Amino acid sequence: MPLFFAPRTPIKTDMRFLPGWLQRPPILAADAPKGPWGGSGDDPEDGPRNPWSVPPGGRKGTPKPTALDEFLRRARNAGGGGGGGPSLPTGANARALWLIGAGLIVAIWVIFTSFHQIGPQQRGIVSYFGRYSETLGPGIRATWPAPIATVTKVDVGQVRTDDFPKDGTGENLTLTGDQNIIDLAYSVRWNIENPRDYVFQLEEPATTVRDTAESAMRAVLATTTLTDAIGAGRTTIEARVQLAMQQILDDYKSGVRVQGVSIKQASAPAALIDDFNAVTAAQQEAVGNLNKARSYSQQIIALAQGEASAFDKQYEQYKLAPQVTRRRMYYETMEAVLAKADKTIVEPNGVTPYLPLDRARKVTEPEVAPAPPAPQPQGAQK
Amino acid sequence: MTQISWRNPIAIGFVALAAMILAAATFAVVPETRQAVVLRFENPMYTVNRWQPNEVFGRTGAGLILRVPFVDKIVWIDKRVLDVDLDNTLVLSTDQLRLNVDAFARFRIVDPLKAVISTGSTARTEEAVADQLRPLLGTALRNELGKVQFASLLSPERNRVMEAIQSSLDRNARRYGAEVIDVRIKHADLPDGSPLDSALARMRTARQQEANTIQAKGKRDAQIVRATADATAAQIYAQAFSKDADFYDFYRAMQSYRHTFGADGGPEPTGSTSLILSPNNAYLREFEGRGK
Repeated sequence: MPLFFAPRTPIKTDMRFLPGWLQRPPILAADAPKGPWGGSGDDPEDGPRNPWSVPPGGRKGTPKPTALDEFLRRARNAGGGGGGGPSLPTGANARALWLIGAGLIVAIWVIFTSFHQIGPQQRGIVSYFGRYSETLGPGIRATWPAPIATVTKVDVGQVRTDDFPKDGTGENLTLTGDQNIIDLAYSVRWNIENPRDYVFQLEEPATTVRDTAESAMRAVLATTTLTDAIGAGRTTIEARVQLAMQQILDDYKSGVRVQGVSIKQASAPAALIDDFNAVTAAQQEAVGNLNKARSYSQQIIALAQGEASAFDKQYEQYKLAPQVTRRRMYYETMEAVLAKADKTIVEPNGVTPYLPLDRARKVTEPEVAPAPPAPQPQGAQK
Repeated sequence: MTQISWRNPIAIGFVALAAMILAAATFAVVPETRQAVVLRFENPMYTVNRWQPNEVFGRTGAGLILRVPFVDKIVWIDKRVLDVDLDNTLVLSTDQLRLNVDAFARFRIVDPLKAVISTGSTARTEEAVADQLRPLLGTALRNELGKVQFASLLSPERNRVMEAIQSSLDRNARRYGAEVIDVRIKHADLPDGSPLDSALARMRTARQQEANTIQAKGKRDAQIVRATADATAAQIYAQAFSKDADFYDFYRAMQSYRHTFGADGGPEPTGSTSLILSPNNAYLREFEGRGK
């Protein structure tokens, strides 16, 4: 019952009574038997009319007080009032307690609904009877109490992250512009830029952001090739999606700011992973082959240059003294060659027809090295 | 009597209750997010807080309104941007490709009275409008997407298709007092089963072809590099050696002997060497001292 009182009638009276009551709660307990109506005297018209001010027993004969008595007893019992007997002063006491209770509830109500603690990352949207009035910044802010003003707190600092696909696992197959299919995982970060629009413009802002992200991503991918989506084009795609999302959300006047889109994974569908890997392997192999060929090429050219310049150097000297150089080179070579070989010198004019070939060889090997033909340098004298 | 009843808590309660009921029936709070249609004995009288383009919050029709108690009835209609979702619609493009389309439309009720009258609904009118729009969205999607090739859905042309769908849906939505703000395709996927499988198979063969091409090209390039190197080397040799073919012959023979008999400092040749020399050999020419 007191709760029903709170929003209506007491609003004015309690505002008036409240400070006084708060000032003297102990006196109130002592005063209570007298009653605030009879004793206070600031409400003169109540005095004579007040049935409670009549001394007990004064109206015993009339039926009215009895009925009141009955009611007050019931009210006291229902309210849990700790009064004693059925006498009238205790009835007045119960009524006072009622008013105190109602007043307290109203006071608490007013305090709790008038002051709002707005965190540093929050904003408070204030509406008076439904009409938007202002946006509260951080701090403790006061407004009118609840039925008049309502405050909706919105967290503008927090950057929300939406993951696609939702649980972070599973395939999210998307068609690319060249009619290929890729498996895409991405996330969108956004926050509330304009809390007023965020609260008033969209029925389901969070779902809207999600739907928008999905649609923008697919729209962008529909104009991108598979190679771009999987490889180098990611950054461009991210930027384009962010731009497209922001534009759509601005069209809705959603008050949402898209902070960023990041593609976590853009790969071939699981069924095709092996085939995509085969392409990568082929690329590696091709590069490997080419590298080998290049190294061969370096080697062979360096060798040719080395040999050619060695020849050039020799030739320069040879040109200066052909005979001497030629003989010198011949002897040096023969020296080096013959020093390492077993040698047998045979008179050609047939004194020794028997060749002790097996003794001539130190190592028992089946093959016989053929006698080298005697070099016949041009110009050498016979 | 009245004075006594004024003191009576029950009476006070009743009076307060009555006052409250009367107040609740007289005053109504119109929030920024809602528009109201006031019906007097089911006869629409006026609308409150109707959506206007470019309005500023705080200067809208929202706030406390008065009505005739127990006579006027208020129908609440959402003023915000609302959502119609359409999941898994099968669409056939002109080239007979089937697509599974998830689409959504965002709309707003701009004429609440029309919305109430056209749907005949005085509770949850916006839902009734959404229910009306959903099949219309499906029809618009099928019609417009059925006019284009599958490939154009995957191209910048897609935007034009979406605009066509939006304007077609918007025309229909006006009859329900709604304005379609946006139509978008969330998903446009090949249906599971054979269409998806054949697309995957096509991608697979494309990958295989790519792999083979890359391999072959790699081999070709390597071969070209090798051949070029060989040619360059040959050119270098020829340039140097052709200065004196005779000396080259001698020079190369000397190199070759050294190598063959393991005297060039390289690895030892397999096989040992035994030489049987004639004293007439050029090397031994001086051996017999025949010069003197």
